[in-house]
Amino acid sequence: MPEITHLQFLESEAIYILRETAAQFAKPALLFSGGKDSIIMAWMARKAFHPARLPFPLLHVDTGHNFPEAMEYRDWFVKEMRAELVVGSVQQSIDEGRVQEEKGHNASRNKLQTVTLLDTIEKNQFDACLGGGRRDEEKARAKERFFSHRDEFGQWDPKNQRPELWNIFNGRKHFGEHFRVFPLSNWTEMDVWQYIRQENIPLPSLYFSHQRKIIERHGQLLDASTGIIPLLDEEKPRVKEMTIRFRTVGDATCTGAVLSTASTIDEVVAEVAAARQTERGTRADDKRSETAMEDRKKEGYF
Amino acid sequence: MEQVVNPTESSLLRFTTAGSVDDGKSTLIGRLLYDSKSIFEDQLLAVEESSKRRGDEHVNLALLTDGLRAEREQGITIDVAYRYFATPKRKFIIADTPGHIQYTRNMVTGASTADLAIVLVDARHGVLEQTRRHAFIASLLRIQHIVLAVNKMDMMHYSEDVFRKIVADFTELAKKLHNPVQFTPIPLSALNGDNVVTKSPHMQWYEGPALLEHLETVQVSAGESDTAARYPVQWVIRPQSEDYHDFRGFAGRVASGSFHVGDEVIAYPSGMKSRITHIHTSAGPQRETLPTLSYAITLADEIDISRGDLIAKPDQPPQCGHLIDAMICWFTDKKLKPRSRFHLRHMTHDVRASVTDLLYKVDITTFEKKQEQSEFGLNDIGCIRLRTATPLHFDPYAQNRITGSFVLVDEQTNNTVAAGMILGAVGDETLVSVDQEVAI
Repeated sequence: MPEITHLQFLESEAIYILRETAAQFAKPALLFSGGKDSIIMAWMARKAFHPARLPFPLLHVDTGHNFPEAMEYRDWFVKEMRAELVVGSVQQSIDEGRVQEEKGHNASRNKLQTVTLLDTIEKNQFDACLGGGRRDEEKARAKERFFSHRDEFGQWDPKNQRPELWNIFNGRKHFGEHFRVFPLSNWTEMDVWQYIRQENIPLPSLYFSHQRKIIERHGQLLDASTGIIPLLDEEKPRVKEMTIRFRTVGDATCTGAVLSTASTIDEVVAEVAAARQTERGTRADDKRSETAMEDRKKEGYF
Repeated sequence: MEQVVNPTESSLLRFTTAGSVDDGKSTLIGRLLYDSKSIFEDQLLAVEESSKRRGDEHVNLALLTDGLRAEREQGITIDVAYRYFATPKRKFIIADTPGHIQYTRNMVTGASTADLAIVLVDARHGVLEQTRRHAFIASLLRIQHIVLAVNKMDMMHYSEDVFRKIVADFTELAKKLHNPVQFTPIPLSALNGDNVVTKSPHMQWYEGPALLEHLETVQVSAGESDTAARYPVQWVIRPQSEDYHDFRGFAGRVASGSFHVGDEVIAYPSGMKSRITHIHTSAGPQRETLPTLSYAITLADEIDISRGDLIAKPDQPPQCGHLIDAMICWFTDKKLKPRSRFHLRHMTHDVRASVTDLLYKVDITTFEKKQEQSEFGLNDIGCIRLRTATPLHFDPYAQNRITGSFVLVDEQTNNTVAAGMILGAVGDETLVSVDQEVAI
């Protein structure tokens, strides 16, 4: 009996969760950001239902602050997957007065996404959203379930979670409630990269080393080439051309780069193995307080 | 940094730990994570800052896993925390659970997916009530490997006699457990790192491996490969496209055993037979299945199979019945009383069920049975009889952790309120009588 590799186990588990989601819910959607976690989740979803098409659409919560490379990739990927794409727009939420833009040069739309996400869920009557969250990312996420219940206000109650035993996942709910489902719960950043290498999955070029204009702010390397992040006058002379890559790809205003010359998957895997900082260490949104993630999740964040 | 794991060679070990802060559990886990370089600088820095703010004398590694606000404020773990680390040989998933009796349900949850349990014993105190509970739960959930980690050996002058005495006591205890467990005793000091990652120079008398080496090399059987073939159907894939006009793929994850192309199979509950024509996987067609992996199977005949059905082989039929005896752990404050109704979820199958009798409770410290129960409360473990609206096709939990387990879901709140392990169907002579020693 050949021993099963950890990637085989993790892939099988994720496929199992994806199929359970399709089976237990009336109208699921897969949250797709163009980041590597949602990419491999969608990749495995295709395998889970092959040769049929995905039984759910991809849902992109668009902050309007996207790296052009991520948008190009998204459109290419959706076509390649023959998938349906639903877009929830934060700009539209702002225009409709549902949310107010944060003020100041550190303004981020990261937090505003929650309202747009919940509105989009309600409008489309999605009853489950598949997310690429992993337990190794952040300490509040370490307590997250595969099937995570949300009340009618979209809120997470970490102290009242359903126990998950064996292979059994309980998606029963009352009308108006929904679930967030996390097929990658047991994956680590390293597993994700090893899987990308094994499967040879194309990624947005942002993940690989390139030259970019960068501004260093509060120890973070932020993009200064797209113009998405407003620069203070005193910052403008400090903008430098650097050789960087991104470890996570999200809203451009809070995604920090790392200095890197890793331009192939093998080089990235080696770099991740040697990394001494977590990938969320590059995320400004988590630095706001010790329990920033838990607080956002309770309100209905991813 | 030797951390790159070669995906083609590395396997996965899932283990559970139970214990309180006093046992040095957090120190032990912290050391495994730290010495395998799985703790990152920014995490450590954040924990150091929090520890200082709280006035802790040492860096409190429990803050790595206790991420919820309430846990950090109260200095407790209220849930199962999952931690991940890797060595060049293996990947590990730790289900870290609090060890006190009021967290029995968390220990049961953590144990349900574990291949191995680390039971921590303080060398100064020896086998305690808590040790008995942890061993009981590991045995009940059928974790086949226990590591008896005798910690704080440094405080007992690394004495072989102390260690031998504890091993002898645990051996006696293990004899009383119903489901057999193999156990490996290891003397260690988590604080000093003796026998955790590297062999200790202070205990030359100990000839076994350090803890990490044992975890890296212990053989675990993936999904009970030597038992009967079981394939619960999750989803039917129907492409409804020109190219795959008649395609009907039965999607599922192998619970146990293996299937080959050409095998005759039988589907339950219909009892219809057919033959496997293709085994589809994400990596292309295969000749046979491996346990715990996900597939899509196509059959030669158009027989009626849908989600919740079980595919097996005609010469290895599952048991069947609608009056079932099972051990359960009760998960909620609302008491369980006879004649309560639930949704019962068994593999991918959902059925209404009524608890007809509470047969007995087990004291998980003394292992004694207490009969004539009128109700079960939070964290109680005991035996119940239940009636299901339609028959279950199952194997006893003693033979199969996937086809022998279920959960009960409250009809009003939709919460998962009990974890169940099937003993057998009533009226079946293979069922161990309730009067005999069962489960303990």
